[in-house]
Amino acid sequence: MSAPKYPSFDTLALHAGQRPDPATGARAVPIYASTSFAFEDSAQAAALFNMERSGHVYSRISNPTVAVLEERIAALEQGVGAIATASGQAALHLAIATLMGAGGHIVASRSLYGGSHNLLDYTLRRFGIDTTFVDPRQPDAWRAALRPATRLLFGETLGNPGLDVLDIPTVAAIAHEAGVPLLVDSTFTTPYLMQPFAIGADLVYHSATKFIGGHGVAIGGLLVDGGCFDWDAGAAAGKFDVLTQPYAGFHGMVFAEESSVAPFLLRARREGLRDFGACMSPHTAFLLLQGLETLPLRMARHVDNARKVVAFLAAHAQVESVAYPELPDHRDHALAQRLLPRGCGAVFSFNLRGSRAAGRSFVEALKVFSHLANVGDAKSLVIHPASTTHFRVPDADLAAAGITQGTIRLSVGLEDAQDLIDDLARALKIAGKVP
Amino acid sequence: MFIADLYAYTGGKPYDPGRPCVVFLHGAQHDHSVWILQSRALAHRGAAVLALDLPGHGRSAGPAEGSVEAIAARVAAALAPLSSPGFILVGHSMGSLVALELAARLGERVRGVALVGSAFPMKVADTLLAATRTDPAAAMQMINVWSHSAALAPFAARPGAPGPGFNIVWQNLRLMQRIARINGAAVLPTDFAACNAYAAGLERAAALACPALFMLGAADQMTPPKAARALIAACARARVVTLPDAGHALMTESPDGVRRALEQFCDEVNAAHAAAA
Repeated sequence: MSAPKYPSFDTLALHAGQRPDPATGARAVPIYASTSFAFEDSAQAAALFNMERSGHVYSRISNPTVAVLEERIAALEQGVGAIATASGQAALHLAIATLMGAGGHIVASRSLYGGSHNLLDYTLRRFGIDTTFVDPRQPDAWRAALRPATRLLFGETLGNPGLDVLDIPTVAAIAHEAGVPLLVDSTFTTPYLMQPFAIGADLVYHSATKFIGGHGVAIGGLLVDGGCFDWDAGAAAGKFDVLTQPYAGFHGMVFAEESSVAPFLLRARREGLRDFGACMSPHTAFLLLQGLETLPLRMARHVDNARKVVAFLAAHAQVESVAYPELPDHRDHALAQRLLPRGCGAVFSFNLRGSRAAGRSFVEALKVFSHLANVGDAKSLVIHPASTTHFRVPDADLAAAGITQGTIRLSVGLEDAQDLIDDLARALKIAGKVP
Repeated sequence: MFIADLYAYTGGKPYDPGRPCVVFLHGAQHDHSVWILQSRALAHRGAAVLALDLPGHGRSAGPAEGSVEAIAARVAAALAPLSSPGFILVGHSMGSLVALELAARLGERVRGVALVGSAFPMKVADTLLAATRTDPAAAMQMINVWSHSAALAPFAARPGAPGPGFNIVWQNLRLMQRIARINGAAVLPTDFAACNAYAAGLERAAALACPALFMLGAADQMTPPKAARALIAACARARVVTLPDAGHALMTESPDGVRRALEQFCDEVNAAHAAAA
C-alpha cells in the first residue's frame, strides 16, 4: 500500500472545488449568473429549505461559482469550509456579528489595517461591541484585556504598518485558555506563506482583493473556519449560546449539534449571509478564481522580488530603515523565521530620510510603481501615508502609529526585480535633491 | 436528546416514539454528525430518528467500549426500553458491525439493517493499528486519506456537504481530531482494535431475519466492495447498492446517493412490515 497523500497545495489551487462542468464539459469554472435556482419538485424544494440536501436556492446564500472559490480556499487553508463575502471588511464583520451582539468584547492587536481599526474602534462601538487594543508583542497585554464578555481575539498575521509578526501559537494559547477563538487576518501572507490553523488560529479571513486575486480587478473577502475550536466547551457559561442553543430564527436549530466541527460556518451562512447579505457576486468569484489558480507561482515571485528590493533599500544611504521581518534588525526576525519560513510577503514600509516633501517627491518620481491605495497587486504599488491616507493626522499621532514623514509603503509586484530597483534608485535620486 | 446515557440527534424533528425509528450508528472516531443530511432527510419524511453518539464518542458518556459486542450491548440497553414500533438500523463502517450485533440483541423489533461501507472481517493493517497507539496524529491523516476516494475527487465533490462552501476532507479530519481532544486519545486505538477483533460477522449476518441493505463505495479504499462479499453472501435477504464515485466516506462523498438508497430501503421495509401485520 502506498503512503497516504493528499493532493499538493499547487494542485489544489487549480482544482479544488471544481470538476469539469457536467452539463457542458467546461473545464474553466463557469459563471453561474443566476439569482436563483429552479427546484426539481416540491419535495426537493422542501428538502433544501430543511437542510436535508446540499444545493443552491438563492445566490445571496450560496451560488455554484462562489462555492468553488469557497471550497478552494478551504482546501488550501485546511479549513472545514469558507464563506465568500463582498469584501474583506464584510468577512471581518461577518465573523464578529456571528459570534456576538451588543455587550460583546474583542481583544485586538493595535497593529491593524486602518479599515479594521475603524470598524472596531468606531463603528462597532455604536452597536455595543467593545474592543480593547493591545500591543500584539505583549502576551500579558492580551491576557490583561480579557473580560467575561470577551468573545474573540483578533490580529493580523503580519501587522500594519511595521509588519509585526503575530505570535499565533502564543496568542492562540491565551485565547483558548479563556475559551474564545483567535481570528487572524491572513491577507498579507495567504495560505502559501502561512497556514494559520496549523499553528493555533481558529478563524482566518482574507481580503481576497489583494494577493488571492492578484490582478487588482475585484473586491472580495473570504472567511475560513479551521474547525478545531470547541464551541461547546463554554456552553455552561453561555459563552457561545449563538451556536449551542436553539436559534428561533432558523427552525430552533442548534448549530453545534448539526455540525460538530463547523457550527460557526453554519450560522454565519444561514444567519449572517441571509440577514446581513454581504455576499460575493459570481462574476467576482470567477475573477478571484483566475488569480487563486496561480497563487503559489505568484507568491514565490512576490517574495523573491521583495527580498531583492529590500536588500537594495536597506543598503541605500537615503533610506533610514526598512521594516521587513527577514532583516536581522526587525524585532520579529526570529519569530518570522519560525512561522514564515517561505517568506514574509511583499508588502513593507521603509523610512526615507528627509521631509514630507521629499517623500512626496519620491513617490511622484516613480514610473513603474503605481501610486495608489492598495496592496497585493501583480503590479508594484506605492503610497506615502503622510501625504495621503494619513495627511490629516498630527505628527505625534503618526509617530504613535509607527509612521514618519518619510515612511513609504511598497507592495512589490511581479515585474522584473531590476526594473523595480532602477525605478526606486531614480526616484531616490530625485527625492534626495528636495530640501 | 439523551436516551439513557447516550446522546441522540433527532434530525431536526422531535423524537416521536409512536413512529418506526431509524437508528444511525457512526464509525470509528466519529460521532452522529456524519449522518447530518441523511438523518434530517429521514426525520422530515416522518421517521423517528436517533443518530447516536456511541459510548465514549462526542456527547455520550465514556469510555469507548473495547469490542463491537460491548458497544452493541450499551446501545441495546439504551434502545430496549423505548416503546418504538420497530427499528431500522443504519451503520457505517464500525457502526455496520455494531448494527449486526444490535440486530441480534433487539431481535424481531428490527425491521431492517443498512450496512454502509462495511466489510468482514474488518481487518486493520498492522502498521495503521500500531500508529493509532504510537502516532495518532499520523494515523488520523492516513485514515483520512484512505477514507475518501483517490486524489482530487473528494476535494471536488459536488455538491459540498452539508452544504455549498464546505470541504468534506478537512471536516472528516477535524472530526477525528475533535473526538481525540474531547473523548481522549484512547478512542482511536480502541475503535480500530474493536473492528479488527470482531469475529461474529458471518454468524450474525446469517441469523438476520430482516432485509439487509449493503451500500458500498466503488472507490472505497478502506472497505473495498469485495471485502463485503462474504457478509453479503451470508445474509438471506441482502440487496446491494454500489455508489460509483464514493470512497469510504459515502455520506459526504455521495450524500444524495446514500439518502436515496436509505429512503427507498426504509419505505420497503416499513411497507413489508405493514403488509405482514
